[in-house]
Amino acid sequence: MATQHSRSAARLMMAPAVILLLGWMLVPLTMTLWFSFRRYLPLRGGDLGWAGFDNFTRFVTSSAFWPSVQTTLVIVGGVLVITIVLGVLLALLLDQPMWGQGIVRILVIAPFFVMPTVSALVWKNMFMDPTNGLLAHLWRLFGADPIAWLSEVPTTSIVMIVSWQWLPFATLILLTAVQSLDREQLEAAEMDGASPLSRFTYIILPHLGRAITIVLLIQTIFLLSIFAEIFVTTGGAFGTRTLTYLIFQRVLESQNVGLGSAGGVYAIILANIVAIFLMRIVGKNLDR
Amino acid sequence: MGQITLEQVTKSFGDVQVIPPLDLTIEDGEFCVFVGPSGCGKSTLLRLIAGLEDISSGAIRIDGTDASSTPPARRGLAMVFQSYALYPHMSVRRNIAFPMKMAGVPKAEQDKRIEAAAKALNLTDYLDRRPGQLSGGQRQRVAIGRAIVREPAAFLFDEPLSNLDAALRVGMRMEIGELHAKLKTTMIYVTHDQVEAMTMADKIVVLRAGNIEQVGSPLELYRSPRNLFVAGFIGSPKMNLLEGEVAAAQNAHTIGIRPEHIDVVDSGPWSGNVGVAEHLGSDTFLHVHDTGLAETVTVRATGEVGLRHGDRVSLAPREDLFHRFDAQGLRID
Repeated sequence: MATQHSRSAARLMMAPAVILLLGWMLVPLTMTLWFSFRRYLPLRGGDLGWAGFDNFTRFVTSSAFWPSVQTTLVIVGGVLVITIVLGVLLALLLDQPMWGQGIVRILVIAPFFVMPTVSALVWKNMFMDPTNGLLAHLWRLFGADPIAWLSEVPTTSIVMIVSWQWLPFATLILLTAVQSLDREQLEAAEMDGASPLSRFTYIILPHLGRAITIVLLIQTIFLLSIFAEIFVTTGGAFGTRTLTYLIFQRVLESQNVGLGSAGGVYAIILANIVAIFLMRIVGKNLDR
Repeated sequence: MGQITLEQVTKSFGDVQVIPPLDLTIEDGEFCVFVGPSGCGKSTLLRLIAGLEDISSGAIRIDGTDASSTPPARRGLAMVFQSYALYPHMSVRRNIAFPMKMAGVPKAEQDKRIEAAAKALNLTDYLDRRPGQLSGGQRQRVAIGRAIVREPAAFLFDEPLSNLDAALRVGMRMEIGELHAKLKTTMIYVTHDQVEAMTMADKIVVLRAGNIEQVGSPLELYRSPRNLFVAGFIGSPKMNLLEGEVAAAQNAHTIGIRPEHIDVVDSGPWSGNVGVAEHLGSDTFLHVHDTGLAETVTVRATGEVGLRHGDRVSLAPREDLFHRFDAQGLRID
């Protein structure tokens, strides 16, 4: 039925949606690019004309730039490692037949439905509070001095919070992958004399390769832009300022839209480099 | 060596006993086929022997030693699965090498055995391919190759040919038969296809609902089926099983006569109309109705016979080849 007519009719009818989405993407992108070349200080005179590449040089030469890139990479990398390793283990565990499987699975997914701001507040006040937090009580129970999590080990704390949020996602994707593994393959490996560990290394892990790739790609995209968890807990202090957070500070705390926009352009470039890099390395897994 | 003995073996899943107490001995070097309709417990029995399922009671002895609680890998048995269960991310070479790698066989020895297996199974050109790039028959051979290199005491085949098309199945049947002749290793083969059982087996074990109905060589089962079930299961097309007056005349509750033991004659005791006539070229199978018997009679005639739908025929069974069964379905000799 795909005649010339029906095809052009289809194009016509899809056009509004496509144009809306394109506009949604292009307008902010163009504005960011536009502002990144302007000297724009809302509370100190407004738009003060062209700035050339000043904003770009100032953003990278600032002493806060490289530490923020480093923090971003540490947080993204840390969360990825934790969620994938624990995700694989949890997926294997949840795959075992057990009583109350349905409820356990729903409970495991639950953290994913908690809003980032809320989960960060819960962690900050209920778990990590140095006097009343659960962790502080636990430490005291063993006679140790409670850790002031968010000031002593702030980056680790944020990695913990974000991992807790993203672990369900990784577990869910990996669990479906584990379930799709042909049982006869595992039995064949068992007959072939493979120990449980070898079965994991030689059969299960390669089978999970594709799912791990997907988790890696999707999580990286979302983790590069985490914001609420930092805003609510440390407010970017103690070296937890990521690139996203630095841009936020430049625009809203320093009221320098031009400088922040230049940072935004860098963030776009960084995200694309990471994306290409990941596609190259792990994308091969998706071709099979 | 590979003599396998089952002594009073049972298997229950929860409250359901799928294998009632069962005794069976498979001699070293024998090609033993478990055959039965689906759900008869034949695959479960194979998995019990393999160790993939634990027996509920009884004992499994391999070469005289009790292996009931030995883990599958140490029973020295190799299994070929219905789905082949090849490792999709490994090349054919690594697939075949896998059991040797797990057993810690030296690399040089591994290569030697892989070469030998690949040559025997015509896989030499495909060693560096992935299973996904192979045809069904080739995958089947890789699965067999992976079993051979372990030099097992016995091979276990779980319906290995059911995923292949008819022509390939005949070919693989012969290859497996030749392999058995060459290796002289015990093989246990599970199938629901009585033709496979008849053509390959030294010994056929007919199973129904976990019970052994009869054990014997293909011809023994063909000549003297112990009960109605075996009579109906072995042989293609199925044996004609007749009840009523004809049976009573032979002092039996039911009599069986194979289609190949009924002749088309000018005037015989039975006559009727031909229903469907299946012309296979070599043979013609006639389904004859209205003979005065309750059942439709299947008859094998020569391939060139000119009978068609609706023709009138007269039939003469060879009375010395009647199989007689009593009311319990057991054979009367």
